[in-house]
Amino acid sequence: MSSISGIESVPSNPLGNAAQLSVALPVLAVLLASAIFAAFVALYGQNPATVFGLIVQGGFGSSFAWQDTLSRAAPLVLVGLAVAIPAQAGLVIIGGEGALVLGGLAGAVVTLPFAGAHALPMQLLMLLAGGLIGGLWFGLAGVLRQYRGVNETISSLLLSYIGIAIFHHLTEGLLRDPASLDKPSTHPVEPSYMLPVMPGVGVHAGLAVSLSLATIAHVVLRYTRWGFALRVVGGSARVARMIGLAVNRWIIGASVVAGGMAGIAGAIEVAAVQGTANSSLIVGYGYSGILVAFLARHQPLAIVAVALLIGGMQASASLLQRRLGLPDATMLVFQGLIFVCVLVADAIAQQLRETTRR
Amino acid sequence: MDGTSIGWLALPLAILGGAIRVSTPFIFVSIGELITEKSGRINLGLEGTLMLGAMAGYAISYLSGSPWLGVLSAGLAGMAFGLLHGLLCSVKRVNDTAIGISLIVLGTGLAFFLGKPLIEPKAPPLPSIALGFWSSVPRMRAALDVNALFFVGIALAFVVYVFLNRTGWGLMLRTVGDSEDAARALGFPVLRVRIVATMAGGILAGIGGSFLSLSYPGSWSEGLSSGQGIMAVALVIFARWRSINALGASLLFGGAGALGPALQGIGVTGYYYLFNAAPYILTLAIMVASTSRAAPFADAPGELKLHR
Repeated sequence: MSSISGIESVPSNPLGNAAQLSVALPVLAVLLASAIFAAFVALYGQNPATVFGLIVQGGFGSSFAWQDTLSRAAPLVLVGLAVAIPAQAGLVIIGGEGALVLGGLAGAVVTLPFAGAHALPMQLLMLLAGGLIGGLWFGLAGVLRQYRGVNETISSLLLSYIGIAIFHHLTEGLLRDPASLDKPSTHPVEPSYMLPVMPGVGVHAGLAVSLSLATIAHVVLRYTRWGFALRVVGGSARVARMIGLAVNRWIIGASVVAGGMAGIAGAIEVAAVQGTANSSLIVGYGYSGILVAFLARHQPLAIVAVALLIGGMQASASLLQRRLGLPDATMLVFQGLIFVCVLVADAIAQQLRETTRR
Repeated sequence: MDGTSIGWLALPLAILGGAIRVSTPFIFVSIGELITEKSGRINLGLEGTLMLGAMAGYAISYLSGSPWLGVLSAGLAGMAFGLLHGLLCSVKRVNDTAIGISLIVLGTGLAFFLGKPLIEPKAPPLPSIALGFWSSVPRMRAALDVNALFFVGIALAFVVYVFLNRTGWGLMLRTVGDSEDAARALGFPVLRVRIVATMAGGILAGIGGSFLSLSYPGSWSEGLSSGQGIMAVALVIFARWRSINALGASLLFGGAGALGPALQGIGVTGYYYLFNAAPYILTLAIMVASTSRAAPFADAPGELKLHR
């Protein structure tokens, strides 16, 4: 804290210092979170150095670890975009999990009637179906907000629980493969329709899909009138109406696109990893998406970087469990700490920028 | 059906008994959230607090043998998390929605981490009071076994009502929540009031959580809360920031939540998951019906920002 007040009292080049600080503070925040986490695992009787070593090793230490990290990052990029895109329009939508599981379900069943078709149209069909269902699900939250004044944070979360219930209902009933005994699942996707593993990388093609979508989102948000319009809507609906933007359409459109991203993430998980829709899809992607988007400050390219980091952390969880017997939730604690520290650092950085600009 | 069959009464009775059980955590967490929101802050993180309270309550009950000590420590754990939320949100320009969500991640993470060894052992549960003592039908007696915390919750709704509307501290809390400028002009310590209000909300959410692990369903598992902490936010909006309404809303949600298990109990299993989603569907339906585009939150405290 003393360094902050020190900066404020330097009159010579306040803006430069503030700019440096806005980079330095998040880094400091991650270091602080790491220190608290180190103390936490030490209290639990583990050597923090060993724990951090295993996290790096399990996430990024070998080509196998990288493949694991990258295939985990693929859906994380998309659920991150599902939070970040509506955030540009001032929406806090957090129910990505519901759109993801319904999108996965749609992807799992859409190709069932088509046996022996070409692979590529079927793969596209799966992604499209996932995106469409996810888009409808989030679009509902946008519609309810614009036409009924229902808080979209809460409605999207409720929709998420409702979506998961529908998912369970259908995978254990109408759409269940009778051959799936202990774990109710849909009929498996025809093996030839599955997304291939990219040669040379060793990771499924879903990674390429999510990286392309992140790049497109980056270009559209930063360099096109659409991105600008969305930010105007997010800044002030009144101003947006004054300059002739159809606010309802922008808000609902942003929700639909965001839900589409989450739905595609679900379809990718089915079409590239699981091969069928079952409860393995429900692993908390909704919260991960919020974490990724907020840490990346809703910037699509930063989302890719953060998704890699979080994907690596999640990939290392199993190594921590195997070697040290630490529970899965260890990385959840670490993520929570990082999230809290970065948010507070971000707020302090913003505050400093304002005071120095004055 | 056996000799003690109660026929068509079975379903309404199962729903009533279930409603009482399911609504208890809702009462605590929603009244807690109401106190926090009355101060002008929103705490989305109560989901994490609930999980942490459930874990702490179970752990202490198991270690000490006293479930009431468990409830107390759940309240203390909740208070600590409320304090954390209160302090973090006192930093200028911090986004309280995001802080809430991050505390969900941290709270559930801590609860799962520390609670890992608690999945197997059995902690002594909270005792229940048999309200159906007058009944000779065992199923009716069983359905009306009510936990003491339920009555504490009902009393709490009225105590909070009196506190908010008839006491000086209540007036201070409402002023801080309605207009920061007015509160400052009157010399009220705005930040301190909000932190204390968030701590109070945390205590109640923690106690609500301890009910989950110590009474119903009554064991520690990672799927314990399923969104009840976040539903509290919707519930407070529905209750229009009035504690007696929050009590009624909790009973309604509890009734909806009891529908699935009650139907399963009488042999209707086809739509189990959809009926389990009934409280979420009901919440959404109620929010759609009770808000309007023109004045979405007419009764909301002035400083509370539900749309930013």
